[in-house]
Amino acid sequence: MTELLEQIPRLRPGFRFQWEPAQNAHVLLYPEGMVRLNDSAGAVLKEVDGQRNVADIVATLEQQFPDAGSLEGDVSEFLKDAEQQHWIVFS
Amino acid sequence: MTARHAMPAGDRPGIGPPLWLLAELTYRCPLQCPYCSNPLDFAQTRQELTTEEWVRVLRQGREMGAAQLGFSGGEPLVRQDLPELIAEARQLGYYSNLITSGLGLTEARVNAFRDAGLDHIQVSFQASDPELNNAVAGSRKAFDQKLAMARAVKKAGYPMVLNFVIHRHNIHQMEDIISLCERLDADYVELATCQYYGWAFENREGLMPSKAQLEKAEAEVKRYRERLTASGSAMKLIFVTPDYYEERPKACMNGWGSLFLTVAPDGTALPCHSARLMPIDFPNVRESSLHSIWYDSPGFNHYRGDSWMPEPCRSCDEKDKDYGGCRCQAYLLTGNADNADPVCSKSPHHDRILAARKAADHATAGLEELTYRNADNSRLFFRG
Repeated sequence: MTELLEQIPRLRPGFRFQWEPAQNAHVLLYPEGMVRLNDSAGAVLKEVDGQRNVADIVATLEQQFPDAGSLEGDVSEFLKDAEQQHWIVFS
Repeated sequence: MTARHAMPAGDRPGIGPPLWLLAELTYRCPLQCPYCSNPLDFAQTRQELTTEEWVRVLRQGREMGAAQLGFSGGEPLVRQDLPELIAEARQLGYYSNLITSGLGLTEARVNAFRDAGLDHIQVSFQASDPELNNAVAGSRKAFDQKLAMARAVKKAGYPMVLNFVIHRHNIHQMEDIISLCERLDADYVELATCQYYGWAFENREGLMPSKAQLEKAEAEVKRYRERLTASGSAMKLIFVTPDYYEERPKACMNGWGSLFLTVAPDGTALPCHSARLMPIDFPNVRESSLHSIWYDSPGFNHYRGDSWMPEPCRSCDEKDKDYGGCRCQAYLLTGNADNADPVCSKSPHHDRILAARKAADHATAGLEELTYRNADNSRLFFRG
């Protein structure tokens, strides 16, 4: 887990993350496809900028959602899943 | 398109926004593929929309919530205003896809499109070797150009999506095709078996693979996929098999007027790029706004919901899953677009699918016997 916290996630080339008012949601756009993200997935991916590592992202989110408690587990799980889906890569 | 979550409501109860806009910029094309999805009578199409008209369509679509935009054709590269349309699309916030044969593309244009904001270029191939590729495309130099452009696309930093239309004359090449894609370092590979509309319907007997061919290809793709997974490759293989070998129809376009809006070169607005062949009066963006076309036109409302369904669809417990299948296919195979898609084994016309399968087991026609998609052959269809 420590290892993952130090890694820096970024969107795969060709993927774009943006807010869609018509869908009232964040979406992930990629070649001929679109995923409509739920609120928590949108909140995490919003912080994925290719600059900050997972630990920084967790810290930012814990500040944003102080009532949510520790987010390390949930965020790590989601990012690992996002990597498996080939939405993001780690470096 | 993947839609993992329930779609949101649009401006009318029960009708969501058109999230996918397909801009068929032109029917002009340097290739003559005998499975082209363009209408048979494309050569009599009225004047193409102007740049200003396309810009208006893009703006209206985006305002309604469209997020995915396809530039297609014909060969969209023949439109000289393509960089302008790409830039407009980017500025509006679309994710834009260029769907091209690669003919007419240069490295300079690949880079210029990227700088204008194009997100993705899909290059289509006809086969894994030059002889067969060029024979299918009806062009002697197509293959080398496609290879060069696939490499240029990758080099420019786009995700690489390669598309192969599969039929009985190249389905034996599955391993070679995937291996070519691997060498080109493709991110996505679409192995799309012909769908029988437009020119492909005309040529169906000469294109449709036999059941034995299909099963062999499926096994090859499965083996290759396992190899890719084992090696940790991120290349994604999508194999679209022909619905003629299914017992239940596809949920065509995710339902009529549900997500997709196509605008044809002359401005005709369609719920899918094949719908033009149906005896329905479709609206034109020259005469109406995209908003009124999508929400209010009789053409787009024709097959929404399920009150139009006759039996066996009407009382079927799967009607919310597949919407009765494809209206174009029902029309082409039964003469009445209201009917159940004959792919369904519950359809009283399913024998037509069975007959096509039987014909595919015995077909002998060579490539040279197919009707190639060109203006001369097109004129034969509207002169009668």
